[in-house]
Amino acid sequence: MVTMVGLSLIPVPGGQAPLNAHKGIMADLLRRIAERADPAAFRELYEAYGPRVKAYMMRRGADAGTAEDLAQETLLTVWRKAALYAGDKGSMTTWVFAIARNLRIDRLRREVPWQELPEGRLAEPSGEPLPDEAMAVKERQQRVQAALAALPDEQKEVVALAYLEGLSHSEIAQRLGMPLGTVKSRMRIAYQKIRLVLEGVE
Amino acid sequence: MTITRHLDDATLMSFAAGSLPGSLAAVAAAHVAMCARCRDEVAFMEHLGAALLADLPGAAMARLGPAMPAVDLPRGVPASVTPDEVPAPLVRLVGGSLDAVRWRWVAPGLWHRPLPIGGPGALQLLKGLPGVRVPEHGHGGSELTLVLRGALVDRTGRYGPGDVADLDEEVEHHAPAADPDAGCICVVANEQPSRFRNLLARLLQPWHGL
Repeated sequence: MVTMVGLSLIPVPGGQAPLNAHKGIMADLLRRIAERADPAAFRELYEAYGPRVKAYMMRRGADAGTAEDLAQETLLTVWRKAALYAGDKGSMTTWVFAIARNLRIDRLRREVPWQELPEGRLAEPSGEPLPDEAMAVKERQQRVQAALAALPDEQKEVVALAYLEGLSHSEIAQRLGMPLGTVKSRMRIAYQKIRLVLEGVE
Repeated sequence: MTITRHLDDATLMSFAAGSLPGSLAAVAAAHVAMCARCRDEVAFMEHLGAALLADLPGAAMARLGPAMPAVDLPRGVPASVTPDEVPAPLVRLVGGSLDAVRWRWVAPGLWHRPLPIGGPGALQLLKGLPGVRVPEHGHGGSELTLVLRGALVDRTGRYGPGDVADLDEEVEHHAPAADPDAGCICVVANEQPSRFRNLLARLLQPWHGL
């Protein structure tokens, strides 16, 4: 294992670059990692995703040190598995999310069986994504973000508590003082709305 | 195998979010491994996680050190999903074959096998001879029942291998029984420690029809 610790910090200014700003070249970065193990390409991905993954881990209750470990582990998985993912038309951000989610669960309770990472679904890497595929990925992400933002607060709240705080339905019900069934129906309605948006671009 | 009974969207979302309690997540993972429809839904639901992740304000991180670990070579095409009776996510807990399970007798026609799982909740295999009622433990959170062999039959119809009953405290009990010909082996997850033992006595009457 190689030490990942450096002396300086990645600055996180108030106005961080949206991931979409990198979107056009994400596939290219990944391909450079996959084909040439290009450390410079990895650094760019690390700096784009690392701070967000760390923030995600902290939202899920990890202390700063653990969150940093888990974020580094997440990005190292991207580094090691880039060849499996390069060429897939899926979203890089979704892949990173799934890796981060699984690592967090794994750290919490190693004995829990878990679903395969999205890489398990990638049977046929097909070379460089076409520009329009990259556009579709970008458009989808923007639409999902817009659809999430447009949800009523009560639906946004349960979605965020599940995805970011890691609360189960029962824990959300307890936190918000409402019946389990209400939490579940809010989740369903939120999903149906977003699903409609996604179907528009799939 | 034609799967007709799926996980509820809210359950799938919690699974995709990584927030489903351990025992329920085990059964959900097993169903998703067997069910292309629910795999697709989970893939959609992961995009929500991605959108939320992308919107998070970052936390400052150490920069990368100079050295990098080796990169994996591409592996072959992952084995296609051809679920055996024991879906992949459960193999570590159950073993590779339902015929090798060491059952514990609990009542006439009914056996179980608790499966070790972390966190709150309980996970177990249940095996019922034809016609035997399968205990329900309702009340107190969610319960997932996934059929692995044979079938469960209730008044709403039949649950075959891969079908899942996704119930919570607000769902009316459906009083399932093991298929009158084939019997049933299923895996059952409860969010909260169930009153399984107490319920056995009254749930084990022979099955007398729907």
